[in-house]
Amino acid sequence: MYKAIVNVTLRKSILDPKGKATHHALQNLGLTDINNVRIGKLIELDIDASSKDEAQKIADTACSQLLANEVMEDYTIQIEKQ
Amino acid sequence: MSKKIGVIVFPGSNCDHDAYHAMKHVMNAETKFLWHKDTDLSDIDLLIVPGGFSYGDYLRSGAIARFSPIMNSVVEYAQKGNPVLGICNGFQILLESSLLPGAMLHNEKLRFVCKNVHIRVESTRSLFTGAMQKGQVINIPVSHGEGNYFIDEDGLASLEENDQIAFRYCDEEGNLTVESNFNGSVSAIAGVTNKPGNVLGMMPHPERAMEKVLGSDDGKLFFDSVFDRLEIA
Repeated sequence: MYKAIVNVTLRKSILDPKGKATHHALQNLGLTDINNVRIGKLIELDIDASSKDEAQKIADTACSQLLANEVMEDYTIQIEKQ
Repeated sequence: MSKKIGVIVFPGSNCDHDAYHAMKHVMNAETKFLWHKDTDLSDIDLLIVPGGFSYGDYLRSGAIARFSPIMNSVVEYAQKGNPVLGICNGFQILLESSLLPGAMLHNEKLRFVCKNVHIRVESTRSLFTGAMQKGQVINIPVSHGEGNYFIDEDGLASLEENDQIAFRYCDEEGNLTVESNFNGSVSAIAGVTNKPGNVLGMMPHPERAMEKVLGSDDGKLFFDSVFDRLEIA
C-alpha cells in the first residue's frame, strides 16, 4: 500500500486571484515580508500497488485524466510507502 | 417526424428547467430531460448542456460531470456533427471533455457576477449564430463565479485562425473595454465553437433571455439559428 501526495497548482504564468487576495490580507496583517502567495490543492491517494513505480504510474494517470487540468494547472506527485 | 431537444440533467444542474421552458414553451419544440446516466441520444436533434453546479463544482467546475455516463455519448454525438450547446456550467463541462479548447479560472476579481451584459458577435459560422450579424450586440444575462476563460497564446492564435471565437464581452455600443470584460477572460472571450461549428460553449445564458418581459429576448437568436439549420418546428 502506497500513499500518493498530489499537489495541484495553477501554472506559474497564470494569475491566481485567490492567492492575490490572500496575499493582500497577509500584508494587512503586517506580514510584509511575504512577497507572493499561490493557492493550490493537496490531494492524498491511498493506492494498492505492488511497487513504488506502479503507484507512481497510477497516480500520474489520475492526475493527467482528472485531478489536474493541464491547460491551466501543474501537478507534483510524492509517493510514500504505507 | 418532429424534432426533439434534449436537456441533460446532472446532479447539481440548476438551469435545466430554464432551458426546458425556453425550448418547450417559447420555441414550441418537443423537449425532454436526459438524466446523466442515460446514454441513448439517437432521437435527439439538439442537445443542451445546461448551467448549474454539477457535482457541487468539486475539484473543478465540470471536472466530475465529464465522467458521467452520458458524456461518452455526448462526445460521440458531437463528433458526428450534431448540434451541442453548452451554457455556463455546460460550457465548463464541454471544456473539461475537450470538446472545446481552453479552461475556466475564477473571475479575476473573485466575485460571482449575476447581471445583464453585452456580447458582440464575432463569427456567424456556427450552427447557433446563423441568424446573427457579425458585430451585432446582444443583451444577455451572465451568472457565474468561474467564467474567466483561459487559453494559452498558441491556443488563442488557433482560435482566431479557425474562426472559433463566437462572442466577446463588450459595452452597449459593441466596444471592447476593460470594464466590459468583467471576469478577465483572455481576449474578452464569452463563447467559443469547435472547428466544424456544431458545438458552442458560452458563459452567458441565452435560455434566460427568451422573453421581453424578463428583460431581453435576444436569446431567441441562438435557437432561431439552430432551428433554421435543422428545420425544427
